[in-house]
Amino acid sequence: MAAQVVVTAPAVGTTKPVVDATMPVVDATLPILSTRGLDKSFGSLVVASGIDFALPQGVRYALIGPNGAGKTTLINLMTGMLRPDAGQIFLGEHEITSLRPAERVKRGLVRTFQINTLFPHLSALEAVTLAVCERRGDAGTWWRRLPAYRDAVDEAYGILSSLNLGHDCYRLTRELAYGQQRLLEIALALATRPKVLLLDEPAAGVPRDESPALFAAISGLSQDITVLFIEHDMGIVFRFASRIIVMVGGRVLVEGTPEEIAADARVREVYLGQKRHG
Amino acid sequence: MIGPFAGVLFDGFAYGMLLFILSVGLSVTLGMMNFINLAHCSFAMLGGYVTVTLMDRLGWPFFATLPVAFLAATAASVVLERALFRRLYRASDLDQCLLTIGIVFMSVAAAAYVWGTVQQPVQLPDYLQGSVTFAGISFAVYRLFLIGAALAITVVLVAGLEWTRFGAQVRAAVDNQRMARGLGINVDGVFAVTFALGSGLAGLGGALAIAMVGLDPAFAFTYLVYVLIVVSVGGLASIGGSFAAAALLGISDMAGKYYIPELGAFLIYLVMVGLLMWRPAGLLGRR
Amino acid sequence: MTAATPTAGAGPHSYLQEQIRWRWVEIAFWLATLTPFLLFPSYLQLASQIAITALFALSLDLILGYAGIVSLGHAAFFGLGAYAAGIVSKYGWGEPLSLLVIAAAVAGLAGYAMSFIIARFRHLALIMITLGLGLLVHEAANSASWLTGGADGLQGVKIWPLLETFKFDLYGRTAYAYSLVALFLAFLVARRLIHSPFGLSLRGIRENPVRMPAIGAPSRAHIRKIYTISAAMAGVAGALLAESTSTVSLEVLSFQRSADVLVILILGGAGRLYGGILGAIIYMVARDQFSGVNPQYWYFWIGLLLVAVVMFLPNGVLGGLAKLSASWRRKSS
Repeated sequence: MAAQVVVTAPAVGTTKPVVDATMPVVDATLPILSTRGLDKSFGSLVVASGIDFALPQGVRYALIGPNGAGKTTLINLMTGMLRPDAGQIFLGEHEITSLRPAERVKRGLVRTFQINTLFPHLSALEAVTLAVCERRGDAGTWWRRLPAYRDAVDEAYGILSSLNLGHDCYRLTRELAYGQQRLLEIALALATRPKVLLLDEPAAGVPRDESPALFAAISGLSQDITVLFIEHDMGIVFRFASRIIVMVGGRVLVEGTPEEIAADARVREVYLGQKRHG
Repeated sequence: MIGPFAGVLFDGFAYGMLLFILSVGLSVTLGMMNFINLAHCSFAMLGGYVTVTLMDRLGWPFFATLPVAFLAATAASVVLERALFRRLYRASDLDQCLLTIGIVFMSVAAAAYVWGTVQQPVQLPDYLQGSVTFAGISFAVYRLFLIGAALAITVVLVAGLEWTRFGAQVRAAVDNQRMARGLGINVDGVFAVTFALGSGLAGLGGALAIAMVGLDPAFAFTYLVYVLIVVSVGGLASIGGSFAAAALLGISDMAGKYYIPELGAFLIYLVMVGLLMWRPAGLLGRR
Repeated sequence: MTAATPTAGAGPHSYLQEQIRWRWVEIAFWLATLTPFLLFPSYLQLASQIAITALFALSLDLILGYAGIVSLGHAAFFGLGAYAAGIVSKYGWGEPLSLLVIAAAVAGLAGYAMSFIIARFRHLALIMITLGLGLLVHEAANSASWLTGGADGLQGVKIWPLLETFKFDLYGRTAYAYSLVALFLAFLVARRLIHSPFGLSLRGIRENPVRMPAIGAPSRAHIRKIYTISAAMAGVAGALLAESTSTVSLEVLSFQRSADVLVILILGGAGRLYGGILGAIIYMVARDQFSGVNPQYWYFWIGLLLVAVVMFLPNGVLGGLAKLSASWRRKSS
């Protein structure tokens, strides 16, 4: 990767250049997540075909399409839960196609699940603390008690509080309301300090009265995190996405701003027109 | 050394056919409902004891006892499925294992109580005894009969799956249970019938097994291991896979016992672990 | 782990602290383990067997109750530990404590080797592999009769007195004190492990193995680690058996023993740290009481017990008690 260090030119009169190691070089043209020619089939069923896709850093993109279009499959391919038949996946300029899922998470590519994939008998606090400990590499130590890791616990509690789960974090996951569980999905992802966050239908199944909390959570996501979310709820899509990608039948149909997509005839046909279905 | 080798091959294949009959029912039901029924060989044992009782106490001819063995095992499985098993279809692997191991324990103890712990002798009809010689190798008639029976059963099963409506429902339920339900197939009913048929086949296998490997109360455990090997190596719900795995296992076991008797069952377990590691979804399985 | 109840005025730190503090019931229990010395002096040999079995069950709980690995072959490590201790003592070194260390090392090494296989599989394949590996070890010991004595058992086991003063005799005083201390120390280790971040990650694996890689967790490495620790602990239990009875037979590697310890753990309640101990007490006391019964019929009742536990008491006795106390608390509040 290009040097992460920015050397600022010495001010006139000083003797040494100032090296600031904390300022990353943002190459505005290098997408933080991209795929090239991604293919995947199950026998004769093609779920992904020639997917070329690029996610610039810091954006909020939405991935939409009818059921069975291959959206979740694409996420599975990018996170390593599925192996592609052909093609490459890049995180920044590093190819990650052969990396295992946990490895990709360590590099900052994290996803949430469409169906709650949580730890039923762990309390919310325990679950997020677990994610924090795994990130910090503390999860291997068996000889120190968990309460000794005050920083990790504080961080977990902080994440939960920012998602309005602080007061309920002592309850078992299975006892939380559905909307709260969706938020816990996001909390677990945030605990890993992601660079790229793939949200798979975050609002799926969330009752009306619990959606404001979810919206707040999504809009509250830090700008350092690049977000791609799959959604069927067009309200969320138009509210949060700066750009929309439409997938149909394992292919990218079209990509554009919300206005362009709303006006696109092909998209309307895919969603509303029954006549052209083969 | 072709003589002994061909003999071992033949005997091993016959043994494999017996294992196939015992295992195929478990393979299909496991593939359909993912229900781990470790009590499968208890049904086999029941079939065996039914045959013995009918022949010894009531003087029935051998062939007449076979359908009864099949039906007795079927009936027993229906009772157990209704009363206990169907509540655990969504339970954890552990719970299913524990429940069915409990049934095995009970069946072994019950068999010992009723029939004692001795090996049960069986008197085969004359035409099934003895052997025929061909190309210098002697083939035991009973083993030829076993092979024939297994092949006939295979044909019936494959034909049934391919060409009957019920068979199509079975295949759909195995492939994608949720979709099958969505299409209006009564998956629970299909499973209940399949389970009954599979257990019945096990009972038939148990009856057929007596003349080849003997019968005692430990049967439910001893052959459970072999059946599990066939099922997990052959792949779930795969008749072809079960056939191949059973044949492979039968031949390996015979060859091992003949050529390297000191190793005993060690070879079989090694083969099993090795095959499972290479193909955890079984030889021809899909999962 | 008890269900989370929001304690008044609590912060996350005190909540976690509350989860892991010693309950008075636990202290009372461990004090009660001393009573056999005073109240049941003629049963000390049985008590030592119970302690040994409890240790074995505790080792199984670590992988089954906490990491969710169903093993039908855990006796392999128990037996390896027993044979290691027995064989070394047969060839001249009979010091009990060092034999424990040797047994733990042998069993732990075997566990480490097998864990590479174990960690890669789940569901039926995993159960079958544990069964197969257990049967393999049993067969290997059977065949290697030059080393193990085969079906006749190991001859010539000679254990020296503990700390050079306490002989292992038929009264079982030494045996019980020794086994009890070993059990308690192992329990402390297990308790600390469960309450550590590693213990939390094990529970994560048990609760949802799919989510673990999604939070960057190295599940396989975790499983390998706990499997090794569990194997070493089972080996210690096996060595204790060899030392307290001065015999080792093939039975210590049998499927019967693997099944027994599984029944014991489930009976008591897996994933609750004390389940194995409670199960061992109940099972072995019952077996001792009904020892007149023909062993055939004993297994009939065990089978019935298993069916009953799975259908009506899925979390074992401790689970049932926890549910009862939770409903009492709800009723009184």
